[in-house]
Amino acid sequence: MTTTAASEGALVSIPHLLARNVSAFGDKPAYREKEFGIWQSWTWREAEAEIRAIALGLLELGVEKGDFIAIIGRNRPAMYWSMVAAQMCGAVPVPLYQDAVAEEMAYVLEHCGARFVIVGDQEQVDKVIEVQETVTGIDQIIYHDRRGMRKYDHTHMNALGDVQATGKAAHERFDKELDARWQSLGYDDTCVMLYTSGTTGRPKGVVLSNRNIIETSKNSAEFDNLLPGDEVLAYLPMAWVGDFIFSIGQAYWTGFCVNCPESAGTMMTDLREIGPSYYFAPPRIFETQLTNVMIRMEDASRFKKWLFHTFMAHAKEVGPKLLDGQSVSGMDKLKYALGNLFVYGPLKNTLGLSKVRVGYTAGEAIGPELFDFYRSLGINLKQLYGQTEASVFITQQKDGEVRSDTVGTPTPGVELKIADNGEVYYRSPGVFVEYFKNADSTTDTKDAEGWVATGDAGFIEPETGQLRIIDRAKDVGKMADGRLFAPKYVENKLKFFPNILEAVVFGADRAMCTAFINIDLTAVGNWAERNNIAYASYQELAGHPQVLATIQSHVEEVNESVAQDEMLSGCQIHRFLVLHKELDADDGEMTRTRKVRRRIVEEKFADLINALYDGSETVSTVTEVTYEDGRKGSIKATLELRDVKVLADQQQIAAE
Amino acid sequence: MKDMADGYITEDGRKIGGVMMEMKNITLRFGGVVAIKDISFDIREGEIRAIIGPNGAGKSSMLNVISGFYHPQEGEVWFHGKKRPSMKPYQVAQQGIARTFQNIALFEGMSVLDNVMTGRLTHMKTNMFQQAIWWGKAQAEETAQREKVEKIIDFLEIQHIRKTPVGRLPYGLKKRVELARALAAEPKLLLLDEPMAGMNVEEKEDMSRFILDVNDEFSTTIALIEHDMGVVMDLSDRVVVMDYGKKIGDGTPDEVRNNQDVIDAYLGVAHD
Repeated sequence: MTTTAASEGALVSIPHLLARNVSAFGDKPAYREKEFGIWQSWTWREAEAEIRAIALGLLELGVEKGDFIAIIGRNRPAMYWSMVAAQMCGAVPVPLYQDAVAEEMAYVLEHCGARFVIVGDQEQVDKVIEVQETVTGIDQIIYHDRRGMRKYDHTHMNALGDVQATGKAAHERFDKELDARWQSLGYDDTCVMLYTSGTTGRPKGVVLSNRNIIETSKNSAEFDNLLPGDEVLAYLPMAWVGDFIFSIGQAYWTGFCVNCPESAGTMMTDLREIGPSYYFAPPRIFETQLTNVMIRMEDASRFKKWLFHTFMAHAKEVGPKLLDGQSVSGMDKLKYALGNLFVYGPLKNTLGLSKVRVGYTAGEAIGPELFDFYRSLGINLKQLYGQTEASVFITQQKDGEVRSDTVGTPTPGVELKIADNGEVYYRSPGVFVEYFKNADSTTDTKDAEGWVATGDAGFIEPETGQLRIIDRAKDVGKMADGRLFAPKYVENKLKFFPNILEAVVFGADRAMCTAFINIDLTAVGNWAERNNIAYASYQELAGHPQVLATIQSHVEEVNESVAQDEMLSGCQIHRFLVLHKELDADDGEMTRTRKVRRRIVEEKFADLINALYDGSETVSTVTEVTYEDGRKGSIKATLELRDVKVLADQQQIAAE
Repeated sequence: MKDMADGYITEDGRKIGGVMMEMKNITLRFGGVVAIKDISFDIREGEIRAIIGPNGAGKSSMLNVISGFYHPQEGEVWFHGKKRPSMKPYQVAQQGIARTFQNIALFEGMSVLDNVMTGRLTHMKTNMFQQAIWWGKAQAEETAQREKVEKIIDFLEIQHIRKTPVGRLPYGLKKRVELARALAAEPKLLLLDEPMAGMNVEEKEDMSRFILDVNDEFSTTIALIEHDMGVVMDLSDRVVVMDYGKKIGDGTPDEVRNNQDVIDAYLGVAHD
């Protein structure tokens, strides 16, 4: 029936790939999930049976071709199966961020007109029910976890398990219809619609075709030589394009196994148990891991500390060279091998990264020290540059050509060009079809020849051909005296300090630059503990004079480094303050992918910005906060503003 | 007992059955001190029943009478329509009554998993010797018990601390582990002694949700002592109020709230 071997040429959709995988590696594991303390696994054949049952059940519930089916939940096999089942029915899956509050969901559900919503658990059901007060298009809610669901009105609600059971029971009625539907899927039909998190304005629905996803998956998988035996851990939000490409696109193209953690809290343990060979994480995760290691080393015995620091120093020198295949003296190799035995090996095992063959970081710039730490351990960590509109991949780093300050050369099939104002443009088979119901934005972003504006300013290094990104094109501005202002450049330098979680730099059209700083509670809290500094809250710790002094020294260091750069030396920070609350997506200050929404921060904290520029020494403020359950409250704080030492401009010195 | 209704449906649609446990004229003395004086009340099947009162009112003593730890000098305890003879606590546990403690009584050096496993002891059939040899029957039994325990770990969302020694956990989580251990015994009646004491608002909210879920999901009858009036009034179906070892009120949260004796006991009254 469905298990007829599809020829290579006919792999035009995810369901086609699924059929191929069942016949090619039917008995190999396709999905694993840790539940009840044990890794449960499904082979490709079993996964296909589950997906088919969901699809039949969806047909029974009346899913039509072209319907939008919203998927909301944490990474679980059943959620991935639901996406593929939707595709089998000819419907379009629309994964949503599970931590979005009801209002945010309402916009997306209204915009795509989803008739069906498949959710993970009661928490999501509650949100969808709240959304239904304003959005009328939702026909059916299907939930996976039955817990707490017994008392709900089930007239338009079903458990996923029941949908599957009904589907199986009704298979004789719907088998033919289902097969006809997925077999008729074409290369240019919509594969998935993903909403961009939108650093500016409303989220936009990015329509990606089967061609986009499959071509991109194929090119990138071949680039890194991914194999059917590879393992990934699926833990990043399902609504993010990266997860769709890694856990569905590439997984179905190459046939590797997708592992789902037990819960968000067990991610690190699960990572260690699975030991993925293909791993992706934003810099933030690598940073957390490194911070944890360093905190634990502080508590270790003196001998262990000595061992760690001696061998890490050696690794820093030799490790990256070994990874890049450069020549290293025999003595150094021997010492590295010893280090591997005593330090690097066990450490990699603890981090769950022993088996990583291909590791990527992206989304944000990664600090050179952080990057080198992992590279020196012998982990093949690389950078890539991408966005939703490109089906992720624009540039990637080749093995052996890895650096922390560039993002690599174009992925096979991608063309790059740099506009006169420095903005990066690309064209590739992965370029999105359109923004859903938003023709204006589509033409703004994509021109007639298929070139897409990234919105990032950057340049291609002439010697290496690698792309280097400076900042968001629209954030790059001029200061009052006409010097170049690139906030991200400075912010990234600040964020490379473990004590600083987030930074926002201001200075466009102003005489000097100033900054908001968010402290990292784990790192600073641990430091406070070791120095016997008592604090009752985040706010109190953030305002502690010693913390301020430490942050000030960090800012001064950054100023020194910024001053080195002729073009950007105007971006040195003159004054800063440490914010009394963490910037948070629930308050709209950040996107769900944790990127700062500059404009909203500027509006919300306008009083603080004024204080930074009017020279006052302290400022009192009241800030509205949103709790996880959507309730609102406010916090009051008096913040201290600090002046920072600034290095004289090199041009001015020359002029004097 | 016959004159009582066989049960009713609560506002939120839960089914409350007939009387499960009845305390008849209980009096408990420690030497000359009368801890409980002639108290009668009942607990119905499927109900969340709270016992409240000022400090020293005799609430914990009452819970200890129910759990069989104290034996009252006067009065009778009826369970499932039968008069309960004087029992040892483990015999009471075998009858399907489990409890948590006011000051957490977990094995600090053992992992969360092992602590919860001890809750399954009453359900284990192999003896200590068989378990020590760890072959055949004992191993199969442990696997089966582990499965039940894992379901509870999943239910109370403590997967991330499964292998962590209890001693290293913060207070709020310890309380949750204790609840997990009590639940592992699959009790019909669950006794909670101040489940929210010393918790912050968020932890209290979580704990309240778990208590409601336990009641809903496993149809477990719950009797709890709690000082946080907001929690008590929100959670419970009926409330017993004690003061100086006497019962001064009994009824739904609304009835109790408007009871003059209760108001006096809590706010104090001028003795003239």
